[in-house]
Amino acid sequence: MFDLTGKTALVTGASGGIGGEIARALHARGATVALSGTRTEPLEALAAELGDRVHVLPCNLSDAAAVEALPKQAVEAMGALDILVNNAGITRDNLFMRMSDEEWAQVIEVNLTSTMRLCRGVLRGMMKARAGRIVNISSIVGTTGNPGQGNYAASKAGMVGMSKSLAAEVASRGITVNCIAPGFITTAMTDKLGDAQKEKLLGAIPAGRMGESGDIAAAVVYLASDEAGYVTGQTLHVNGGMAMI
Amino acid sequence: MSDVAERVKKIVVEHLSVDEDKVTESASFIDDLGADSLDTVELVMAFEEEFGIEIPDDAAETIQTFGDAVKFIENAN
Repeated sequence: MFDLTGKTALVTGASGGIGGEIARALHARGATVALSGTRTEPLEALAAELGDRVHVLPCNLSDAAAVEALPKQAVEAMGALDILVNNAGITRDNLFMRMSDEEWAQVIEVNLTSTMRLCRGVLRGMMKARAGRIVNISSIVGTTGNPGQGNYAASKAGMVGMSKSLAAEVASRGITVNCIAPGFITTAMTDKLGDAQKEKLLGAIPAGRMGESGDIAAAVVYLASDEAGYVTGQTLHVNGGMAMI
Repeated sequence: MSDVAERVKKIVVEHLSVDEDKVTESASFIDDLGADSLDTVELVMAFEEEFGIEIPDDAAETIQTFGDAVKFIENAN
């Protein structure tokens, strides 16, 4: 089950905690992986850790031309592209009343527009292959909203609607498009939270713990696998029961 | 029938799984040959590859029938 031997995958935001773990999990199942991100150093470090079947493709997702070029570079490096994981994302949190147009636009550009461009860029190859897996990493806040994250929540909710539309268009070609919506996951970002804040968060999670990057990576492996071929246009919530949708 | 027309017909027949005699000059991909909008995109992609040409989106929209496709490709070549 869930064997990805011979498959090729592009993971954006692979320099981050969740993205890195996604790449590790796909690689461990046998896939060749292309690691993308803005910071080259952590990508190179992860590539060194994984050893073979790995390529480093740095890309600034706010640069439209670079985003257009990325799927082509991935195909050049790996010969094909079977799996696309749009994991990269940024936050520019602010109270709605204080949110600048720039804070809004940056988050929409990187989280939503670059995801659209990458999906569009991989479709041609996947249509010809009559197979493909696109997994977009959304967020629980795209469904529930979150104070201070109007821009981020909008980008993550937008991703869900976009994925469903695309899923409906390409389902007959053997391509699936799904979202994963992580809840609170332990990352460098959440490490900064104080004990009191963490305590409060944990109280809202029936599982009684924060999620780990590996919890998300396992969900990606499933949706990327041949076994998930009949699952499309869905959002898989991985949040310890924090929100049951 | 020209060489281009033969090659275009072969792609259409294979892609849309239709009888060769149905692929006439005025046959519309969508109305007569059962293509959906995604099929027409794929046909254009297949023409691009077969003939080594680029068909821009605005030009692709004008290719509605088998005859349109042959004419466009002959002019592009």
